[in-house]
Amino acid sequence: MAQQTSSTTREGRAAIGDTLVKVDNLKVYFPVTSGIIFQRKVADVRAVDEISFEIRRGETLGLVGESGCGKSTTGKAILQLTRPTAGSVVFDGTDLTKIKGGELRRFRRRMQMIFQDPYASLNPRMSVGSIISEPLTIHKLASGKEKKERVQQLLQTVGLNPYFANRFPHEFSGGQRQRIGIARALAVEPDFIVCDEPVSALDVSIQAQIINLLQDLQDQFGLTYLFIAHDLSVVRHISDRVGVMYLGHMMELTDRDSIFENPLHPYTKALLSAVPIPDPDVERKRERIILLGDVPSPLRPPPGCVFHTRCPIAIDECRARRPDWRNVGTADREHWVWCHRV
Amino acid sequence: MPLLEVKDLRTYFYTQEGVVKAVDGTSYVVEEGETLGLVGESGCGKSVSALSILRLIPQPPGKIVSGEIIFKGRDLLKLDEDEIRKIRGNEIAMVFQEPMTSLNPVLTIGRQLTETLELHMDLHGQAARNRAAELLEMVGIPEAKRRLDDYPHQFSGGMRQRVMIAMAMSCNPKLLLADEPTTALDVTIQAQILEVMNRLSREFGTAVIIITHNLGVVARYADRVNVMYAGRVIETASAVELYRNPKHPYTVGLLNSVPRLDETRKEKLIPIEGLPPDLAHLPPGCPFYPRCAWRVDKCREEYPPFNLVGEKHYAACWESDRVRREVPVGAAN
Repeated sequence: MAQQTSSTTREGRAAIGDTLVKVDNLKVYFPVTSGIIFQRKVADVRAVDEISFEIRRGETLGLVGESGCGKSTTGKAILQLTRPTAGSVVFDGTDLTKIKGGELRRFRRRMQMIFQDPYASLNPRMSVGSIISEPLTIHKLASGKEKKERVQQLLQTVGLNPYFANRFPHEFSGGQRQRIGIARALAVEPDFIVCDEPVSALDVSIQAQIINLLQDLQDQFGLTYLFIAHDLSVVRHISDRVGVMYLGHMMELTDRDSIFENPLHPYTKALLSAVPIPDPDVERKRERIILLGDVPSPLRPPPGCVFHTRCPIAIDECRARRPDWRNVGTADREHWVWCHRV
Repeated sequence: MPLLEVKDLRTYFYTQEGVVKAVDGTSYVVEEGETLGLVGESGCGKSVSALSILRLIPQPPGKIVSGEIIFKGRDLLKLDEDEIRKIRGNEIAMVFQEPMTSLNPVLTIGRQLTETLELHMDLHGQAARNRAAELLEMVGIPEAKRRLDDYPHQFSGGMRQRVMIAMAMSCNPKLLLADEPTTALDVTIQAQILEVMNRLSREFGTAVIIITHNLGVVARYADRVNVMYAGRVIETASAVELYRNPKHPYTVGLLNSVPRLDETRKEKLIPIEGLPPDLAHLPPGCPFYPRCAWRVDKCREEYPPFNLVGEKHYAACWESDRVRREVPVGAAN
C-alpha cells in the first residue's frame, strides 16, 4: 500500500489495509428559505460540493481547510448526522445513505465522534459515569455491575482516575474533559472515529497530551480516524494522508509527506506558507505567499474553479470550467488534485 | 532609557474563591520601536499585564496592587483619569482579539475612526474623513472612501481586524498592544493581518507588544520574547536566542510540545505533564515545580531569582545551567 512505502509507520502500528469508508460525489447543501408562513427555498449553501475520497482501515486521514470550507460537514455527513443531499458513503460495504432506523443505528455503534469544544459537548447535569455509560445503555452492550466496571476501565484507558465517575464535568479542566469525550467515544468499541478539531480549544502543553493519547489508542485498538483540523502542524504530525478543502471542494489529497514537501495545488502552497514555524532561524528565511481577499460566500461560489478569485496563477480556463478530480501521482503513491494548472 | 518599563507589577482579582494573583511580580522593558512577544498559555497573566499598562482592569474585582509602569519617564499608575485618557488610544493604542466585539455595531466605521482623530489629533469634518480613508487604504481595505459609511457587520473578520489596526495606528502611537490579534482568524487571513501590522509598526517606528500563545507567530515577528507562567515572566531573551537556547524548563516544554510543519513525524510529542497551577492557591516556591523535569528540593521552597544566563537573556530557574532542549527521560511525574 501507498502508506507503508511512503511513510514511517509508528512502532507497533497495525498495518493500513483495505478501504473502510468510501465517499463518492458527496454533496451537502443547506437550503436558505424566505417567507414567514410559507417557507420558500431561495438558495442553497453549498457546504460540500461533489467530493470523493476513501479512508483506509487503520489510517488517519487528516482534513484541513479554513473555517467554512466544509470539513466538519463532511465528517457529519459520513456519520449521517447530517444527511447528504447527494452522493454515497459506503462504510464497510454498506451505503449508509440508503439505510435508516435500527439498521443505521447498528452502524452507528461502529462510528463515533469527538468534538471540538470540551465545554459544550458534555451534559453538565450528568455525572462522568453516566456520560460514558450512556452509549453502552443505548446500544445494549452492558448493564449493572458490568457497565460500572467498563466505565472505570475506560477512564483508566484515557488516563483519568476511575473514581472520577461520580464527578460532574464542571470539576474538570479542558484537557480532562476532552479525555472524557474520548472515553465516551471508545465505550462502544468503534472502528472509526471522526475527530472534529479535538485539540483546537486546548493550550499547547495539553494539546500534546491529547494528541499522544489519540495515537496510543489508535495503536491499541486499531482505530481509523478522520482527523479534522485547521492547524496544519498538528495534522502533519498525526495523519497518514491529508486532504485539503476549500469552499466545499477537495483541492488536493495525498500522503502526508507529499502534501507538505511537494504540494501541487496553489491553495495548498499558500496555506502552508501562511503557517508560521516556531523557529526564528527558519522563519526569517521563508518565502510567503500572501493570498489576497477573503473566501467567497458558499451561497454564490464562483464559477469554474472556486479558488480562481484568490489564485495567483489563475487563467481564463479556471474562470470558465470546473477542473477534474484527477490522480497525478502513481498507482501506489496517489496524488489527487483539483486544478487546471497542475 | 527604554520606552516602557514595568517594575514588579502585581494585579490581583478579589473573588469568592480567594485572591487570584493574575499578575504577580512581573517586570520587563520595551525598547523604542521593538516588537516584544509575550507568550504563555491561557490564564498565565499575559492579557492582564497588558491591560494593566492602560489601566483597563475592571475594578472591582481587579486591582493593581503594586508596581510601577514607567512610560516615557512617567509612572502611568500615578496619573489621574484625565491624564491616562490622553495616553490611551493616542500614545499607547490597543488591538483586541475579537474584531467582532471590539467595534461598536451601531456606528459606521468612518465615525469610529474620526472619533479618535477628533479627540487626539484635533482633526474635524472633511479633514478627519480624508485621514480616515487614508488610514483604511493603508491597512489594505479596497474602496476605502466608500466603505467609511459601512457598519462593522458589513465587514468580514479579517477586514474588521484591519479596521482595528487602522484605528490603533491613527494617532501614530509610540506603543501598540496587540492582544491575540489573529487568534480568531484563519491562517491565510492571519498572515495578511500580521504582515500589515508588522509593516506599519516598522514604518511608523511603533513599539509593539504582541500577546499570543502561538510560538510560530512570535518566531516570525518578535525581536524579543517574554515567556510568562503563573503571573510572572519566567524567561526573556531575543527571539533567536530563546528558541535556540531555552533556559527555563517551561520554555523547553512549550517548544517541545508543538508539532512543527517543517518536520516529519517524530515518534511522539513531548507534552508538559500535569496542569497549570490554580492562581488563587499558588505554592510558595516555583509554581512550575510539580510539572518540571529538572526540579530539585530547593524549587519547592523558594521562588528562584531572575538570573542572567546569557547575553540579555534572563531565566527564573534554580537549575537553568542544566536545562537543555532534550528533556531527561522519566524525570517528571
